[in-house]
Amino acid sequence: MISRFFKKLLPLIGPVFLYLIWSTAVSAKWVSATLLPAPSTTIAYMCHVFATGSIFPDLWATVLRTFYAFVGASLVGVPLGVLLGSSPPIYKSLEFLIDFFRSTPSSALIPLFMLIFGITDINKIAIASFAAVLVIIFNSAYGVMNAKKTRVMAAKTMGVSRFHIFKDVLLMESLPQTFIGLRTGISLALVIVIVAEMFIGSENGLGHRIIDAQQVFNIKDMYSSILVTGALGYFLNLIFMVVERRLIHWGGKA
Amino acid sequence: MRAHVSIQHLCKSFGGVPLYEGFNLEIKKGKIVSVFGPNGCGKSTLINMIAGLQNIDSGQVLFDGKTLEQTKIGYVFQNYRDALFPWMTARENIAYPLKRMGMNTLQVSKRVEELVELFEIKFNLNQFPYELSGGQQQTTSIMRALACEPEVLFLDEPFSALDFEMTLFIREKLQETNLKTGVTMVIVSHDLEDAVFLADQILLLTRRPTQIAALLEFNMARPRLAGSVSDPEFIKIKSEALEIFQREMHRPVLNGI
Repeated sequence: MISRFFKKLLPLIGPVFLYLIWSTAVSAKWVSATLLPAPSTTIAYMCHVFATGSIFPDLWATVLRTFYAFVGASLVGVPLGVLLGSSPPIYKSLEFLIDFFRSTPSSALIPLFMLIFGITDINKIAIASFAAVLVIIFNSAYGVMNAKKTRVMAAKTMGVSRFHIFKDVLLMESLPQTFIGLRTGISLALVIVIVAEMFIGSENGLGHRIIDAQQVFNIKDMYSSILVTGALGYFLNLIFMVVERRLIHWGGKA
Repeated sequence: MRAHVSIQHLCKSFGGVPLYEGFNLEIKKGKIVSVFGPNGCGKSTLINMIAGLQNIDSGQVLFDGKTLEQTKIGYVFQNYRDALFPWMTARENIAYPLKRMGMNTLQVSKRVEELVELFEIKFNLNQFPYELSGGQQQTTSIMRALACEPEVLFLDEPFSALDFEMTLFIREKLQETNLKTGVTMVIVSHDLEDAVFLADQILLLTRRPTQIAALLEFNMARPRLAGSVSDPEFIKIKSEALEIFQREMHRPVLNGI
């Protein structure tokens, strides 16, 4: 019983350890308090910005941009990926381009996007979308290409039409991999949205808030905004994991 | 007894090396035919070509004079895990081909119930394949293959991943199905006893380029039970088949493969 209770506590050890190191570093004056506020101060400040609601406009702006970028990328990426995956010759001919731009840090393209879209909200969403769409295409295509041949053959022997083989078998087979793409995609979109909010003249958003706090040396706000951004990324991932486990119950089992 | 499946002048080569050269075979209606032969002689390739899963280079395969497209077939794969649809329950798997044939919900559930009765299913069909044992999964995939009442049922080493108890059960059910529905069955086997057990005819193949080494008739009474393997009749045909198989194994290779 004790060991089982202890096992449940294991995940807490890391955060508690970090908290202790952090507060020791501040109280023992290893780090100047002007550069790193105590964790208790930071968390208190974070509670304050949530209580007064002053963080919500920024949090909401970031969530909304990430959401738009993700929805745009999914609407383009999933059908395109499935299409490419079901035609290996077309995929092979585009594979290099997809891999090249997938490997290019999307932040490197920010100036290019600024030339095209100007310093607008559309720009931030477009670049985040671009970052997400490639990984979504890639994963959906691979999901279809790696579909179990036996299942496709089984449907074939039943005399099922090509359209239904595609819809009932290939598409379902690709879902686990597609979800990996979507989950990675939304994380990438968040990364790029934060960067874009910092450097593409923005009036709101968590990225804007972090860099603004740094500029005016509001160090507590900077740290608490970083923590909020981290929590946002964590929860987006968590939501996806939960949806995935429900929707794709067979993942990893078959 | 007329021919049901007729294979005429079938040719197939892989990378320029011929596997089948002008292969002819007739399978009689309602019979169970086992295909047995040395490794690499293309047992599975043969039934895959008949079932349309692999292309043939030339030749013709007809079912009662009809083409494959005009014929309902069923196919049971060796690897049931990869053949069942894991996003559907066992029941939905069995119902799937019926649904795609255009049957309404009532007809579908009636047909599924027939199969449940025939196979005396005691496990919960509302489970997903990955929640079932190997034997239950293979039973499900046989039921799915039989759902649309095929004229010919192909089975590619259906027992190779099953334990002995399950093998006995499925052998029994396949015999029953054959007697009840008159479905023609073609079973590929790598185990001689398995090959002999269910067969009305045992098709023994040579090494490649593959020819028929012998087509043995085996008329032992049905139902054949677990004990049938020690029946003198059974032992006689099995040793006859083994003799032919060994003769083929020791024949010098012609094509230098």
